[in-house]
Amino acid sequence: MYAANFLLLGAVLFSIGVFGVIARRNAVMVLMSIELILNAVNINLIAFALMNDSAEGHVFALYVIAVAAAEVGVGLAMVLMIYRNRRSIALDELSEMRG
Amino acid sequence: MSAFLATEVNVAQNVGFYIIAALMVYGALRVVSTRNVVHAALWLVVVLGGVAAQYILAAAEFVAVSQVMVYIGAVMVLFLFGIMLTRATIGAESDLNNRGWGIGIPVAALLLAVMVWAIIDEFGSSIIDEPAQPMPTTALSDVFLREGLVPFLALSFVLLAAAIGAIVLARKD
Repeated sequence: MYAANFLLLGAVLFSIGVFGVIARRNAVMVLMSIELILNAVNINLIAFALMNDSAEGHVFALYVIAVAAAEVGVGLAMVLMIYRNRRSIALDELSEMRG
Repeated sequence: MSAFLATEVNVAQNVGFYIIAALMVYGALRVVSTRNVVHAALWLVVVLGGVAAQYILAAAEFVAVSQVMVYIGAVMVLFLFGIMLTRATIGAESDLNNRGWGIGIPVAALLLAVMVWAIIDEFGSSIIDEPAQPMPTTALSDVFLREGLVPFLALSFVLLAAAIGAIVLARKD
């Protein structure tokens, strides 16, 4: 197995996720793109764990999975609250915090 | 093509990797390009399942099962609920993208170019040895309950706080 395979796949997924975060207007779609980014990072962690034959990379990946689950729960609750207050989850309409 | 004929590389593993990787990249592109939010969530399932398959190829069985249970089982259900609770229209939407979405393409391409250059430069020719066995779960638990105990407990509090926070944020009062 080439080491670069997993790392290149992670880089491609990361870039696609970054594009999604920049391009999407719907808050739920942005959260999905963030999931793509987190999974790209996890692939890299697992690849490095395989390279070094250590369990630490797997443990880090599990931490990332757990934090991502918490992030999605809170993020979707916030999206739901914003939708309830404004009847819209378009991110470019949320300008209250603009200085 | 000579890479496929090298004796130190498991050809079947590489072919499986490329098939799954192609499926994942296509699914990821559909996630960020489709006009239907529900379709995007379903393409995300393809990507997350592909990630789990890659974990199995990388001898990370426990992480793969966790990925299936947490992401495909829990996170995707949350996403689908979030979509259904926040959308008025079913079907394609025309205004899913920002007005300036085109700027994302050069940014992502530049980021990809830099990362690919760095990866090829550092790991271009290195080959991972065939793992003798999948990572035993006892090795993971040794790390979790020894040097990783404090982060593990902190993570439990993060999950508790997230659960309480989600309830507080989403409840009607």
